[in-house]
Amino acid sequence: MSIGRRQFIRAGGAAGGAALLAMPAITRAQSSTIRIGLMTVKTGPLASGGIDMERALVMYLKERNYMLAGRKVELFVGDSAGVPATARTKLQELVEKNKIHVMIGPLDAGSALAVDDYIRAQSLPTLSVAAAEDMTQRKPNPWFVRGTSTSSQCSHAMADYCTKTLKWKRMALIADDIAYGHEMLAGFQRVFEENGGRIVQKFFSPLAVPDYGTYLAQLKTNIDGIFLGFAGSNGFRYLRQFNEYGLSSKVAVVGGMTALDESVLRNMGDEALGILTACWYSAELANPLNKAFAANFRSEFKYDPGFYAAATYVEGAVLETALKSVDGRIEDKVAFMKALRATKAFTVRGPVAFDDHGNVVGDVFIRKVERKEGRLVNTVQYTYPSVSQFWTYPPAEFLKNPVYSRDYPPARNLEP
Amino acid sequence: MTSARRSIAIGVLLLVAALVPLVAGDYYVNLLSQMMIAALLAASLNLLVGYAGLTSLGHASFLGVAAYSSAWLNLHSGLGPLASAPLALLGTLLVAAVFGWIALRASGLGFLMLTLALSQVLWGLAYRWVGVTEGDNGLRGLTRPQPLGLDLDSAAAFYWMALLVVTIALGLIALLVRSPFGAALRGTRDQPRRMSALGYDVWLIRWLTFVMAGFWAGVAGVLYIWYHQYIHPSSLSLQASAEVLLAVIAGGAGTLAGPVVGAVVVVFLKNFVSSYVERWNMLLGIVFLLIVLFLPEGLVPGVKRLLTRLRSGALRP
Repeated sequence: MSIGRRQFIRAGGAAGGAALLAMPAITRAQSSTIRIGLMTVKTGPLASGGIDMERALVMYLKERNYMLAGRKVELFVGDSAGVPATARTKLQELVEKNKIHVMIGPLDAGSALAVDDYIRAQSLPTLSVAAAEDMTQRKPNPWFVRGTSTSSQCSHAMADYCTKTLKWKRMALIADDIAYGHEMLAGFQRVFEENGGRIVQKFFSPLAVPDYGTYLAQLKTNIDGIFLGFAGSNGFRYLRQFNEYGLSSKVAVVGGMTALDESVLRNMGDEALGILTACWYSAELANPLNKAFAANFRSEFKYDPGFYAAATYVEGAVLETALKSVDGRIEDKVAFMKALRATKAFTVRGPVAFDDHGNVVGDVFIRKVERKEGRLVNTVQYTYPSVSQFWTYPPAEFLKNPVYSRDYPPARNLEP
Repeated sequence: MTSARRSIAIGVLLLVAALVPLVAGDYYVNLLSQMMIAALLAASLNLLVGYAGLTSLGHASFLGVAAYSSAWLNLHSGLGPLASAPLALLGTLLVAAVFGWIALRASGLGFLMLTLALSQVLWGLAYRWVGVTEGDNGLRGLTRPQPLGLDLDSAAAFYWMALLVVTIALGLIALLVRSPFGAALRGTRDQPRRMSALGYDVWLIRWLTFVMAGFWAGVAGVLYIWYHQYIHPSSLSLQASAEVLLAVIAGGAGTLAGPVVGAVVVVFLKNFVSSYVERWNMLLGIVFLLIVLFLPEGLVPGVKRLLTRLRSGALRP
């Protein structure tokens, strides 16, 4: 067949979009549809995840026939290209032109930080995928909930696992040089060092770095392992070069929630086998909702859903639950926001609830890459139940410290 | 067109432009604000490309320097956005003076490469000097100024402010181009050796033009940072510089209206059409290709030529 299913869907979408444009403005104004804006990334190094975000959300809405809480919904998608300045322009467009009621996204912490003040100014309810810590910590945005996790929410758990179960003492860390990478490594370092370990090397590589050679050449081999805090397809690119440099037999690898995401795992080979990562989701989760979701996603797109796909699917469920509790009246923003924050939903990742700051409290899984039915999957090894963004620290004490960053907590054990 | 008719036309255009926010939605008003900022940037580059005959591939740097320094001052020195603007412009002026001094050691291709190299240095600095620029996260948490108690947070108020600033700036650029200095500048473009023989200091004229072009790009940068309240290294990337150059050449280098029209076309494709067409870059390429093929002198002079031909054709018996 020359026209694939996906192409057909895309063509259908385009035709639908054209029809929408042609529709007179008056009918659009009168219809009481709920307009959802999805801010994602469809070009650049983060695109693999961004496309998953759109696919999963469209799937969620399609399964409900584009009806949530008895009201018709309409989806508008903005592509930020992973550039924070563009995210701002695109969000303005979603708000001012498409008049969205609620935003799902953005994908990356940089974009979330760039649109933070705009969200406040517009009082726009936002269900974030991006992990920017302070938006639910020291500078909580009242219009913001996050059903996924903060940058460090899963890396805290990974560090705990590395010290307590793997008994590691010396580690190196590497991540993209963006807020997400800084925060993830900072959280990992804090727990790892407080549990008695030492971080002896810490690297930040530019998001669009063409080659990891210089970072690999510097890597010490007398360490227990390296933690990868990459986003998008960078984990895949790093690991491939890591393997080419012959390091895979010398240094063990663990990763954060997006380093070996299912969206890039499908392109990897045996070099990925056995790698442990921490995430709030795995396509292998056995709950009934996820079994159906993963199977449907796989049959439609021929690969497993990962962090990004699950993110919008979870946010979709949170949105629907909140809408139901206010009988679909999204126009009353304050009431809707209150309902959103009080939402308790069972989703594909398991139970989801929010803390006082609008961030999720949910299970975090330690997963291991295994080969199953001929494809690589992240099998769940261990579960940390009901993990909060504050890990085991009392929130008040946690918030007294500066936000996790490139320089905080200071890395005191670096070796030259 | 006689000068009286031209003045009337410009007046009507300005009046229409000023009335737009009363009828258009916020999105379109904001789109126009962005177009005006881009138009000023393109007009400033046009001083170099069109009137001095010097093609620069690093003009977005000046927008970036002004925006970054204004943002940094705003965040770290306690100065308001309005008070930090003159300092930011002064900084831009200095950077332009130094860059001009370096880049004007060459002309033609050498000049192009030097401007490219210098702009890449600044771009790299914006990316890697994390302590000052916050690298890939960009500078945020900025506010718009409130001159005379006017709140520029609304789309319409900002638009009117930008319209005023950009109109004045474009007017001053037009004055400069028509002044004796402008004539001398065109002289250095067409006959540098003869100008030299006539006693003009060609290098000085070019350098002054470079600095002025940098300054007006800086003004665009200040408007940019006020508008977006956010700055990221991508704003001074090679792509950003290339887009401005594209706007100038597409619109018609060496004409006053050309860069404005070019900037409008580029911003329209980039911000508006990109919501419907994912590969808007390709579309921009095609549009540019068509302009080069059919209107090689640019949109404004090209359309003028076609109109003239049409009119004289119609008048012929």
